[in-house]
Amino acid sequence: MRSFAYKRVSDVATAIAEVGGDPGSEFLAGGTTEVDMLRIRVARPRRVVDINDLPIAAIEDLSDGGLRLGGLARMSDVAAHPAVRERYPVVSEALEKGASAQLRNMATLGGNLMQKVRCSYFRDVDQACNKREPGSGCAAMNGFNRTHAVLGTSEHCIATHPSDVAVALTALDAIVHIQGPEGARTVAFDDFFPLPGNTPDREHPIAHGELITAIEVPANPAARTSHYLKVRDRESYEFALASAAVVLRVERGIIAEARIGLGGVATKPWRARQAEAALTGAPALRAAFEDAAAAELADAVPQGMNSFKITLAQRTLVRALETVASAHGGEGNA
Amino acid sequence: MSTGSQIGRAVDRVDAHAKVTGTARYSAERRPPGTVHAVLVGAQVANGRVTDIDTSEAMAVDGVLAVLTHRELPRIATRPAVVPSLAGTSAHGQSLFPMQDDRVYYAGQPVAMVVADTLERAEHAAELVGVTYAVEAAITTIEQGRDEAFEPERIFGGIVPGRTERGDVAAGLREADVVMERVFHLAANHHNPIETSAATAVWEDSRLTLYDTTQGPTATRLSVAELLGIPPSDIRVVSEFVGGSFGSKAMIWSHPTLAAMAAQYVRAPVTLSLSREQMFTGSGHREEQEHTLTLGAREDGTLTALRHRKLSPTSCFDEWAEPSISPVSQLYACPNFEGVYNVFRANTMTPTFMRAPGEGSGAFVLETALDELAYELGVDPIELRLRNHADTDPETGDPWSSKGLRECYERGAELFGWGLRDPIPRSRRDGNWLVGTGMASAIYPVYTPMSPQRARARVYADGRAVIETGASDFGTGVGTIMAQVAAQALGMETEAVAVHYGDTELPNTVAAVGSAGAGAVSSAVHTAATALRERLVGQAVADPESPLRGADPAGVAVAEGRMFLREAPETGETYSDLLRRHMMFDADALGEWEPPAQDTGYGMATFGAQFAEVGVDPDLGLVRVRRLTGVFAPGRVLNRKTARSQLMGGMLWGMGQALLEATHMEPQQGRWANASLAEYLLPVNADAPDVEAEMIEVEDRVVNPLGVKGIGEVGQVGVAAAIANAVFHATGQRFHDLPITVESVLAKL
Amino acid sequence: MRPRAHQTGTVAPSIPEQARGVRPRDAEIGPEATDIELTVNGTTHRVRVEPRVSLLDALRERLDITGTKKGCNQGACGACTVWVDGRRVVSCLTLAVACEGREITTVEGLADGDRLHPMQRAFVDNDAFQCGYCTPGQLMSAVALMAEGHTCDDAEIAEWMSGNICRCAAYPNIRSAIRQVRDTAEGTRKGGR
Repeated sequence: MRSFAYKRVSDVATAIAEVGGDPGSEFLAGGTTEVDMLRIRVARPRRVVDINDLPIAAIEDLSDGGLRLGGLARMSDVAAHPAVRERYPVVSEALEKGASAQLRNMATLGGNLMQKVRCSYFRDVDQACNKREPGSGCAAMNGFNRTHAVLGTSEHCIATHPSDVAVALTALDAIVHIQGPEGARTVAFDDFFPLPGNTPDREHPIAHGELITAIEVPANPAARTSHYLKVRDRESYEFALASAAVVLRVERGIIAEARIGLGGVATKPWRARQAEAALTGAPALRAAFEDAAAAELADAVPQGMNSFKITLAQRTLVRALETVASAHGGEGNA
Repeated sequence: MSTGSQIGRAVDRVDAHAKVTGTARYSAERRPPGTVHAVLVGAQVANGRVTDIDTSEAMAVDGVLAVLTHRELPRIATRPAVVPSLAGTSAHGQSLFPMQDDRVYYAGQPVAMVVADTLERAEHAAELVGVTYAVEAAITTIEQGRDEAFEPERIFGGIVPGRTERGDVAAGLREADVVMERVFHLAANHHNPIETSAATAVWEDSRLTLYDTTQGPTATRLSVAELLGIPPSDIRVVSEFVGGSFGSKAMIWSHPTLAAMAAQYVRAPVTLSLSREQMFTGSGHREEQEHTLTLGAREDGTLTALRHRKLSPTSCFDEWAEPSISPVSQLYACPNFEGVYNVFRANTMTPTFMRAPGEGSGAFVLETALDELAYELGVDPIELRLRNHADTDPETGDPWSSKGLRECYERGAELFGWGLRDPIPRSRRDGNWLVGTGMASAIYPVYTPMSPQRARARVYADGRAVIETGASDFGTGVGTIMAQVAAQALGMETEAVAVHYGDTELPNTVAAVGSAGAGAVSSAVHTAATALRERLVGQAVADPESPLRGADPAGVAVAEGRMFLREAPETGETYSDLLRRHMMFDADALGEWEPPAQDTGYGMATFGAQFAEVGVDPDLGLVRVRRLTGVFAPGRVLNRKTARSQLMGGMLWGMGQALLEATHMEPQQGRWANASLAEYLLPVNADAPDVEAEMIEVEDRVVNPLGVKGIGEVGQVGVAAAIANAVFHATGQRFHDLPITVESVLAKL
Repeated sequence: MRPRAHQTGTVAPSIPEQARGVRPRDAEIGPEATDIELTVNGTTHRVRVEPRVSLLDALRERLDITGTKKGCNQGACGACTVWVDGRRVVSCLTLAVACEGREITTVEGLADGDRLHPMQRAFVDNDAFQCGYCTPGQLMSAVALMAEGHTCDDAEIAEWMSGNICRCAAYPNIRSAIRQVRDTAEGTRKGGR
């Protein structure tokens, strides 16, 4: 690890000024990504600015029944918050399926959205990686790519986005609140994660010195019976091979609204709009779930070792849909 | 006042308090004043030469004391030879010592070592060492090396022949009503003890003290002495607490010698810890392997022939394969057998012992095939095994020193509820889960040391005793059984016996490997403590002032530290009384146990029966183990509590082998692709079902004085097969490759 | 400034006194080594570290408080689990400088003098470890688990203990130990949150 300086700040304006005014400074929040990146030399700041004391960790009600989750709210605190559990179980479940209890106590919600991919070629500074070093190539393409993405890939990057909670939040159309040297702005959740395309190094629309101050989750009564299903090799403490966040509104056995996120299989928290379209107006039955899942994965691109994810993602989605539909009194597991 | 109760008692570990309070000092935590840090730099390429090393940037880092490469590092005095540490001699893990020339044989091979005043500075400087290579093509996988394979004369450090034969396999297959041939593939595995390997080296004039993570302090001493070219007596090795090993610390790798060389170079104590990533290229591994098993059987299920071929990569400089064929040869009565190892030279380090080396893989192969045979013939899997029960050692015809396998099947079946099983595949469902059960046999050889094993027992006038051996306790509980065995022999309570171990200054025992630690150490301790008791009893009966004066020593018993006449227990005195009267502060005795000759005329092995229940989610490709039951016949049990933990741990290791553990080669670059604990999947708590592990004691008068056969590894043997067989029962699909992954399940279901 | 119960132990006596207590909370420090104060198990230590030094390495390498273990240095094993302000965290991904002014509790802080914490006692009783290397982290998680209230059943215990890898695979015994404490009143005597 290279050496760096350290400064602790206690208000948002100072934090933004300190980092915004210094290209060599980076924010340090929970540290679960940043310290890891420092140690493996992917992050090389001159200085880290510790924002853990900033007063942006609260979880607050919005007037319309939604919630505003502070950018520095810890994963564990968000997951355990009664309002989150009640209104958005999909968010609590996704959070509690992520990492470990210790890491969830450290990691912040904003940091979770900003976390780096787990691609081992990205993490090894001696390997070709267009995300880390544009133009250097993608060693994963012909390498060990069992855990890599099948959706949203490009010839320049196939790294899977690792977040669980972002999969839930994309299904809920959350809004990311950002504050920076140029003032405050909001970004729709799906827009926060660009596809890698030709510029996999551009991982999000945040400019240097900008900070995620909050994530706003709009009200959605259907989300009270939402569900996050995560499939992985071992039972806990592992990133997803495939996951699905599902919110359904079912009226008399017909799906009136479907909101679906997929994780573990895509280069971004994947909003499954094709599946949603296929489901809307369809009966809440397994056949419809299977068709929708197939539609979503129709354009999936497998690599050498991950073609199983195309099947797995579909089955994961079908299972999650069955679970939620059954909670709505639909056909469920029948 | 019973003297029969110390051995077998479920005593708490003697080091438990130190371990739960954080006061236990592991090797990397022993820090003499002025200790500086060494960090290794591993080769980035798998094959080639180092053409240049630029150390200038690294040397410029504040606090850096030295950067050592093949240009600076001293030459070793002797080329290391791979000899299993059970031999009691030097025990090098591989015959390559790094940084002796510019040649790179495998990725991760150390090419430089940085020494600095702090860990962070050493690590940072290590990142700045610029190495340039002339790269050559590498071979690292079976896929790449298959055509280069050859039959080695011997494997496994020279102790196992490359080919084993008996009878006539071709004839046996002709006699068979059923012939099956199956091909199995097992992924490479890494031990991954949570404590990484480490050594701290301290020189005082020509004397070297090494705090090393090792299963054998003496093995470290002898190996390092050979490499440095100094007398072993000038080296002291201390290894009081070792944070797990599983074979990774059974052989002696380069790090203690490198630490010693660095300490000599910078004239300060040096500590060298491998990083987690370096653990994948620093202490061996279980090699990737492909097995082809051909089996012939009569309609009644009796085996007529077994042919077993194993193919695996070894290093460029040693011929190592784990002896997977041995259990296949030894488990069942089968008159015709042929086992052949094939290896090919690959750009990896030399593979090494990893818990149940060979037994784990061999039992998976054989016990899966036997389950298939059971289904093919419509015979219950246990019944099939009973029909092939080996009443004598199939390899030699010798009687077993003890066995107990039938009892294990019987008790295991009862505990597990095997009798309630509907053998039809896919006959049980629980929600989304298909549920199945399977079983397998377990076998692990009893190894005996090749050299005398020593211990010292001492009784103090205050009524306490101390027992000492050089053995290290890396979680096996050997320290605890030392106290129990000594207490038993001395006629004292275990709690009154302190233990010292893990230090070459103490009486020598061999490295605790091959599940032989408990046998070797208990024998030495028993011998020493018995000698001391006899000495004290002898002194008492010869002492005119003793109440026991003139008694026949054979008529004297001891309990709770008091010697008394068996026929008249009120007549006697304590060890303390005797010692105090003679103005003696203490008395001690050295005991030396001479192990039996290597050929005892008996087959010697520990046996067991494994049972598993799994759930398989066929849609999602998930396999989860619901419960495990194992019953084992390990001879005499010294401590029921720690023995059960060992067996349970072994069984859960088998689960990891079956479902999770795989180190993957990066196919293009010849490097391990998942060298981290985030990607090499060890079971976590949520993976571990409740485990039932029972022991059936069998008397064994051959293996050693107490009849201890060892339990460190047999718990793992057969579990993977029991799980795979349960998966078949659940799904109707056979899995011949380990681990059984999500993708392999999805491909079949 | 500090709770009165804290003692001050001086780790590096050669360090000049001037920095003591006068450095503003938001002063930039480093990249060179700087004196900081770390409160570990109720004792405040002065220690000289570069900002890049992890809490884990500060404890083990600088303060010689070695109960906390290094297994992966990557947040993937849990051996380095400690409490910061009562919450269990991995100290390998925590910078020591970021812990100034916070309460750090390590395994050495669990026992009450010679009296083992009930969880330590339960680990001994249930043989919840073999090599002992992951044990400090397991204990810090297990005690925190009690306070978090994640001990309803074995499945919940297992899930919430899954951030601590035990290669000896003492997992079922770890669960037994936690159950033992859960089922006695003493368990909540002292815990994280």
